[in-house]
Amino acid sequence: MPELTFLQAISRGLWEEMEADKSVFLMGEDIGRYGGAFKVTEGFLDRFGPERVLETPLAEEGFVGAAIGAAYVGLRPVVEFQFIDFIACAFDPIVNFACTSRYRWGQAVPVTFRGPWGGATKAGPFHSRNVEMWFAHAPGIKVVAPSTPSDAKGLIKACIRDNDPCLFLEHKALYRRIKEEVPDHSPPIPIGKARIVREGSGLTMVTYGLMVHRCLEALGQLQDLSVELIDLRTIYPLDRGALVESVKKTSKIMVVHEDTRTGGVAGEIAAIVNEEAFEDLDGPVIRVTSPDTPVPSAPSLEEAFLPSVRDIVDAARKLAAY
Amino acid sequence: MKANPATEAPPRAIQLEMYYYLRLTRALDERAQILYRQGKIIGGLFSSLGQEAISIGSAFALEKGDYVGPMIRNSGTVLARGHSAREVMSNYLGKATSPTGGKDNSQHFGDIGRTGVVSCISMLGTLVPVMAGMALGARMKGEKRVALTYVGDGAASTGDFYEGLVFASVQRLPLVVIIENNQYAYSTPTSKQSLLKDLADKSKAFGIPGYVGDGNDVLEVHSITRKCADDAREGRGPQLIEFKTLRMRGHAVHDDASYVPAELFEEWKKKDPIARFERKLRLSREEKESLEGRLKSTVDDAVDFAETSPVPPGEEACRGVFEDDRIVQFTPWWKKDA
Repeated sequence: MPELTFLQAISRGLWEEMEADKSVFLMGEDIGRYGGAFKVTEGFLDRFGPERVLETPLAEEGFVGAAIGAAYVGLRPVVEFQFIDFIACAFDPIVNFACTSRYRWGQAVPVTFRGPWGGATKAGPFHSRNVEMWFAHAPGIKVVAPSTPSDAKGLIKACIRDNDPCLFLEHKALYRRIKEEVPDHSPPIPIGKARIVREGSGLTMVTYGLMVHRCLEALGQLQDLSVELIDLRTIYPLDRGALVESVKKTSKIMVVHEDTRTGGVAGEIAAIVNEEAFEDLDGPVIRVTSPDTPVPSAPSLEEAFLPSVRDIVDAARKLAAY
Repeated sequence: MKANPATEAPPRAIQLEMYYYLRLTRALDERAQILYRQGKIIGGLFSSLGQEAISIGSAFALEKGDYVGPMIRNSGTVLARGHSAREVMSNYLGKATSPTGGKDNSQHFGDIGRTGVVSCISMLGTLVPVMAGMALGARMKGEKRVALTYVGDGAASTGDFYEGLVFASVQRLPLVVIIENNQYAYSTPTSKQSLLKDLADKSKAFGIPGYVGDGNDVLEVHSITRKCADDAREGRGPQLIEFKTLRMRGHAVHDDASYVPAELFEEWKKKDPIARFERKLRLSREEKESLEGRLKSTVDDAVDFAETSPVPPGEEACRGVFEDDRIVQFTPWWKKDA
């Protein structure tokens, strides 16, 4: 079984889908000979040719619109954003066109948008953003954010095969940092299902993306507490059942995310737990998030911005003691 | 550049059909104006009065199986490509029987498989890259389809117009973009959109052909569009056409268009595309009678169908966002058993 990095797992997932289905093709800037800014599509041009590894002009709004058009006529485009921050340039065709198409006139848009996402790489305000909630709040698109190589491979496949628009977020701080054995031709992993990373009975800790790994680090310092760690994997639709079930068991829940605080998914989870498991709660729903600022560039500032292992440990201890 | 129309005018039988669709477009528009004043139209009402020739001439220039992305004033295109008057009217009235089942209003509907028509959205220019993508998809599947869409003089200022044509031109896609220059984007005159005398000159930015034509002459519209569609189909890449016209009403019904000089309306009234075509066609009495009968019964039937159709049931609002409706539907807290 090959051992794959997070990046290689995504690449492998794309490759296997392109091998299996001729309607799948890639679009994006520099994805051909150069292999993409992060080399996710290295070697694809030679195998699949320029028609299916389609290099675009620097025009996000244009090529996203074109991807939607291609999806309209039965293809399954996978659009790479060089950094997910640039998806803002294509906000209109995604939220107004792709997201509303099925609802307005019954026309499916099987398109996948993907790209490197998130901070902790000293990349500054325009190459570090957390865009998930912009889209979680735009009905009509699924938002997926894996944290392990096997989840990444399984979920990119699920996105490509899905008959609705999907946004697949790839934490670039994980690209080459984590490795895992992932079998060839592994099956897709269902969208909308959270994963229990570690079972526990005293406190539920919910997170996704890079923060899964920070939470795991924090658990090393919280061995006296029985923490249930949940990786959301999908931001929209949320696995409400898994969250409620866990709270019924632990009675306490905290949410950790790298995204900024106001309107972050932690607020939504707090509301779900409040509505559906209020009687089971033994403490307030706690949020550990970034502050409401752009992502700063200098390492000392960025570290202050991001939730740290220390923050997670302190929050967990305070909640556990409540 | 001025086009050198390479194609002959269509045979009389086709011209009579074009005339019928010009008249049908206008007749439905006039009935919709009345229904609007009766408070029956859901949303705004955007008239195509005076611009019908662009929709009809271009729609008839396409082949069966071609794709077309109309704008809000292209109800003629929608009709001529195979959507019924019933569909148009029931969608205006937001009925359960309408093509969108009341989910969207106005001219916002289509059916790619049946008519090749793509439902437009209110963000103007967005269809340019989308139609480019449909042309791309068709080419990838080995099909020789042309995609055609329209922008106004206003939408020709959008980023989507430029980005879509940049993409289409470097990919040499079979895309025809018609700039329907009706001289006003809402109340903004074309002089505030561009310093160009002819918006077709924007074609130079993409290295593609650009043509200028009389938008109130249905046969000229047909001939130029036909040439462009043929060229696009033969692999000569995207084509840009500017048809000049004047929007003869306000932006929508609420707008009295008082900002348009009266003499401009007078001047363009003389160029009315339907009256001009009538003079050219010289209909016989039999032709005229049969056409008027067909027109009246079609419009009456469409209005009757729309008015007597049921409204969509409220629970439909939660359906159809995703393939799996369970994603959106759930039981709220106050409806659950204790």
